Amino acid sequence: MAPKKPPDKVTITLDGRAVEANKGEMIIAAAERAGVYIPRFCYHPRMKPVGMCRMCLVEVVGPRGPALTPACFVAVSDGQVVNTTTPGVKKAQDGVLEFLLVNHPLDCPVCDKGGECPLQDQTLAFGPGETRFVEEKRHWEKPIALSELVLLDRERCIQCARCTRFADEIAGDPQIDFSMRGDMVEVATFPGQPFTSYFSGNTVQICPVGALTSTPYRFKARPWDIEQAESSCTTCAVGCRVAVQSSGDHITRKLGVDSDPVNQSWLCDKGRFDWESLSSAERITAPLVRKGDELVEVAWTEALDAVASALQKAREVHGGGAIGMIGGARLANEDAYAWSKLARAVLGTDNVDAQLGDGLPAQTVLGLPRATIDQACDASAVILLAPDLKEELPVLYLRLRAAVKDAKLPLIELAEQRSGLTRHAAASLLHRPGEAHVLVRALTAAADPTAEVAGVAPAEVVAARQLLKGIGEKEGEDATYVVVLGRPSLASGPAPFADAAATLLDAFPGVRFLTALRRGNVHGALDMGLAPGTLPGRVSQSDGRAWFAQAWGQVPDTTGMDTTQMLVEASEGRLAALILLGADPLSDFPDRSLARKGLQGAGTVVAVDCFLTESAKKADVFLPAATYAERAGTFTNMEGRVVRLGQKVTAPGVAWPDWMIAAELAFRMGKELGFDNVEGIWDEIERLSPAHTGVTSNLLASLVAKDGVVVPMGAADPPMHKPEPLDPMAEPGIIAAETHWISRLTTIEAASTGEVERGPQGDVGGQDPLAGATEDAAAVSSDHNVSDPGITLVTEPDADVAAEHDVSDPGITLVTRPAPTRFAVPATSAPVPPIDAYSLRLIATHQLWDAGVGVQHSSHLAGLAAAPSLRANPHDLKRLGHESGGRVKAVSPRGSLVLTVEADTGVPRGSVALGFNLPGEGAADLIDATAAITNVRLDSV
Amino acid sequence: MTVTDAPKIVTRHLGNADSWTLKSYVDADGYQGLRKALTMPREEVHEEVKKASLLGRGGAGFPAGQKWAMLRKAEPIYLVINGDESEPATFKDHMLIEQDPHQIIEGTLITAYTIGAAQAFIYIRGEFAKGLERMTQALNEAYEYGAVGKNIFGSGWSIDVIIHPGAGAYICGDETGLLESLEGKRGFPRIKPPFFPAAFGLYQAPTVVNNVETMSNIPWVVMNGGDAFSAFGDNRSRGTRIFSVSGHVVRPGNYEVEMVKTTFRDLFYDPVYGGGIRNNKELKAFIPGGASSYWFGPDKLDTPLDQDEVGKLGTMLGSGSIVAMDETTCSVRAAWRLTRFFHKESCGQCTPCREGAGWLEKILQRIEAGRGREADLDLLLDACDNIAPGLTWPPKQTTICPLGPSIPSPIVSAVRMFRDEFLTHIKEGACPHGS
Repeated sequence: MAPKKPPDKVTITLDGRAVEANKGEMIIAAAERAGVYIPRFCYHPRMKPVGMCRMCLVEVVGPRGPALTPACFVAVSDGQVVNTTTPGVKKAQDGVLEFLLVNHPLDCPVCDKGGECPLQDQTLAFGPGETRFVEEKRHWEKPIALSELVLLDRERCIQCARCTRFADEIAGDPQIDFSMRGDMVEVATFPGQPFTSYFSGNTVQICPVGALTSTPYRFKARPWDIEQAESSCTTCAVGCRVAVQSSGDHITRKLGVDSDPVNQSWLCDKGRFDWESLSSAERITAPLVRKGDELVEVAWTEALDAVASALQKAREVHGGGAIGMIGGARLANEDAYAWSKLARAVLGTDNVDAQLGDGLPAQTVLGLPRATIDQACDASAVILLAPDLKEELPVLYLRLRAAVKDAKLPLIELAEQRSGLTRHAAASLLHRPGEAHVLVRALTAAADPTAEVAGVAPAEVVAARQLLKGIGEKEGEDATYVVVLGRPSLASGPAPFADAAATLLDAFPGVRFLTALRRGNVHGALDMGLAPGTLPGRVSQSDGRAWFAQAWGQVPDTTGMDTTQMLVEASEGRLAALILLGADPLSDFPDRSLARKGLQGAGTVVAVDCFLTESAKKADVFLPAATYAERAGTFTNMEGRVVRLGQKVTAPGVAWPDWMIAAELAFRMGKELGFDNVEGIWDEIERLSPAHTGVTSNLLASLVAKDGVVVPMGAADPPMHKPEPLDPMAEPGIIAAETHWISRLTTIEAASTGEVERGPQGDVGGQDPLAGATEDAAAVSSDHNVSDPGITLVTEPDADVAAEHDVSDPGITLVTRPAPTRFAVPATSAPVPPIDAYSLRLIATHQLWDAGVGVQHSSHLAGLAAAPSLRANPHDLKRLGHESGGRVKAVSPRGSLVLTVEADTGVPRGSVALGFNLPGEGAADLIDATAAITNVRLDSV
Repeated sequence: MTVTDAPKIVTRHLGNADSWTLKSYVDADGYQGLRKALTMPREEVHEEVKKASLLGRGGAGFPAGQKWAMLRKAEPIYLVINGDESEPATFKDHMLIEQDPHQIIEGTLITAYTIGAAQAFIYIRGEFAKGLERMTQALNEAYEYGAVGKNIFGSGWSIDVIIHPGAGAYICGDETGLLESLEGKRGFPRIKPPFFPAAFGLYQAPTVVNNVETMSNIPWVVMNGGDAFSAFGDNRSRGTRIFSVSGHVVRPGNYEVEMVKTTFRDLFYDPVYGGGIRNNKELKAFIPGGASSYWFGPDKLDTPLDQDEVGKLGTMLGSGSIVAMDETTCSVRAAWRLTRFFHKESCGQCTPCREGAGWLEKILQRIEAGRGREADLDLLLDACDNIAPGLTWPPKQTTICPLGPSIPSPIVSAVRMFRDEFLTHIKEGACPHGS
């Protein structure tokens, strides 16, 4: 992709010195980069300015002399003269702050914001010191609930409109707005309609006073008691950068950190608030072993011995192929690597799968050229072939929505039902479940279709084709395409999407993909080889076997089974041991019936988890695991961006990080995994994994990698950049890494009075670790390329295995590190399922608030998950004689359920939609995971 | 005292029976201006309006002809008529809307034709129930008559006019607040620059916003020529203008008088106009141009009704509402009452106006109730200075729109002119007027 053009420069005179600024930027931003902090409340660098609070008034010299001007609303222009410290400016600042405090209750001692409050801090730095207001302040009932999560104290509100603008401009959920007038202005919801936006917590974070507080954090801590670790959110695969904060070894809060290429400071409410689950009373914090019908608490030794001997026995009696390992997408990369290594090198099995039959084939995910989120936002067009991003990858939804709205990104959506992005899409084609590949072929075919395609009218397909053609003609060879590829529904198989990806690869040269798999570190787990037929570093079993066998001692030579195959095998009694790594197939696998049979039929079941999930209850041994914020490590998001996770609190009870459990099991089975700390594992990954060459611990820890490192490092990837200094008012509450912003403020204050010399802002200092990184990478490969007499070098990955057998002296064979495999994306066509005129095709989708552990064990979130209900097109309901809101019996080949059905025009005719993994019975009771689609009949009750 | 022989221009139909009906209007000289304009090139119509030196009648007094010339070159162009008259003591547009809606429509159409507008909007204050009814009825009649809509009077030129009722906010009389409201949003004024309506107005298109009275002058100007209009008055202030005279006069009401040739004294004391101060009391002070203008003392009574003359004396003719306060008036109470209005009507967007208005009202109320402190006088002036730095005329402002710097006008006037009266309140612990 073409690099962005650097901005044109202009020169302004700022407080008497010449300062270079970017053309078009606001005075407030230019000044900040030049080290001049202009106080502000309503201004937020991620939102459009409104110039309302008047705190940023500066003097701009115009034809009629200096005039007070809002620095957040007036752009720089060449030759502009701006003064920020004149008596006139100082008086305006004093005046505005005094006015702001007139009606402010000054209840700082009991306010959550007290101690990290921009109003407090800026009053201290820029305010008049005391008020002349002696009258009675305005009073309101305090606080009132805007939603289950957000409370509003109207007395504290300074009417800056950050929250209302966020809700409208960024989240697209204009559910809060100002009502009333003058000093009676209040933020309000519409009558009877709470602030249910999935992004509501951001308003709490950006509120510059204590007006908005969140129910989970309210009165939990005081800012001066808070400690912070920077980390990434592992709730979904976007990997938003976060500050995890604790008080007294308890997590108290998660705040969004502004990572420009990823979350740009925003978080979804699930990611923001599900930390409550960490200290849930339901948390299992000691090992359990089944004794009779009961799981009994035991010491680690006993539990580990039990697991090791069961695994040992399974391996010896049935072979490694009778051991399976499901899950791993919740783990850190190092944990996933440890389990991956344990499976291959110790257990001798390739039956590992981080996905639960709900994603895409690992080979497809690993084989597709990857896009970054920025590349998607800057693309000529984005083709959306994914689940509802608003529900599953919420901050990716925000980024794409912003790109459509602000940068006019054309979005072509191919979906099974209306999604959060439908109204922003240039074209939205709603197709029949199971036939996405047919639609994609019609979109890219030589000729226009004349008949209906996958349930889509030919005119709609032609319109989308013309849209794509128009973009291609306008941008020519510069046109860039990004496909967001995922699994829109759990009720139909993944084959059509692999097929569609192959078609798109052919049709749009240079196309890149963002794989919309939802589980936190699923991409990291796949990169660590937690998928059958793959090994760490995006290398296939065949390409990498020699290399890893050399390093690990052994690697199985047969390709293992995926989750569905493992469960089928287990249900037939052929799996002697099954390890569940934070996986709960009974709730989270599309086909509950198969999951149930699988768990029943498996020999020894070992659950490594935080909670006694439905599946863990069936286990023979339960091993308590530490989770995010309780262990260090790294994480890989959907872009392939590797970032460091921060450990902030001690894991509860005797819970252990997963890698430690894997290492202990290996030890008990007579092997060493070869590492005794997380750093050691990462060093091994960097050394062995073809995709992670050069991504050293030092690099990851450096400031240039603040936003992480997209792997594999290479010329095609966007360059890493030094982060711009952060606007301290944008993220109140975050303890900045370099200097706390209040001390910066004081420095600026002092500087303006000449007491302190102003240093360059944003200077990260020292050497540039990135500069060395690529050299390191080169050095690594040249190390292995050094030819040494007597040592046979195998350089062709394809020839690895054959070459190994050819060498004369196998004892000194050295295999070089293979390149990441170019997985073949299958070009074979998926079948087109026949239409059953008596049934509707089931669409089963995830919703943000679900029955997953993060939501259900967080006390303020658990109630947000709704019971499942069916949604169908009103025409179908009429045709079938059902009333919207009535009860129907949904019958599939797998089972039947009695549910409420609602009319929804967002579901196309011929389909019926149902939420997945919601409280109670649901879609998993209807789906046959081995079938291409699930047909459902709606019968009268 | 003088009553000049200048004709009535905007109020000339007001004595006619059923003056608000099409029949009455056409029987007089209705729509002759539009018919004439449609035979003229647009530039010529524009030239006549420029020659008339017709200063905008909404308050800011910007020359209408000049305003039309400032439009950004872009399509579409919109014309918006401001009928959101809401300031205390201002009631001239109210009368024109109820009594002569066709004249406003005709002026609107001529203006729309001249500036090449794609659509015109007449924004009427929501509380004007009768006005809205009559304006709507008039517009329907005008459509039927062929004066509005497709191919107007066979000229080939077409335009639609839309009447939009306000929802009861003074702030929507600010032209950019009005545009927001017209777009269906909350009436928050826009920041100028960059949102000068002529450049980025309604729906970000170049827009002319004119006052109802300004529009009411246009048909006469076109019929009789710009020179005929500018023959009356003097300097930049030409023609006639309606002044709403109220307060302690014998005959409050709307009077159309020749500009410059007439003085404040004429308006208050001439038997044809105000008829003198009631009960033969002495005049204590008067508001020369609406609630947001600085006050005058009796020494300024002979000031001519000349926009620039009044401006030079540190206040404005504004919306043409003139309020007499006789010797029985409590200046503290008057300032408090006006501040209370601004407090209630501040839109709440900018901190200084939102919080300042309420605070200032509380201080004034306290002084009036006898609980003032001497330091409050400096505090009043300083808090006002934080809204309108320098307390100068024309005002500087720390707010987005002029509502902010309007707040200080009555307060600063009262404190500067009647400081002793404030001190009496404070020292005696009560209002000496017994109010």
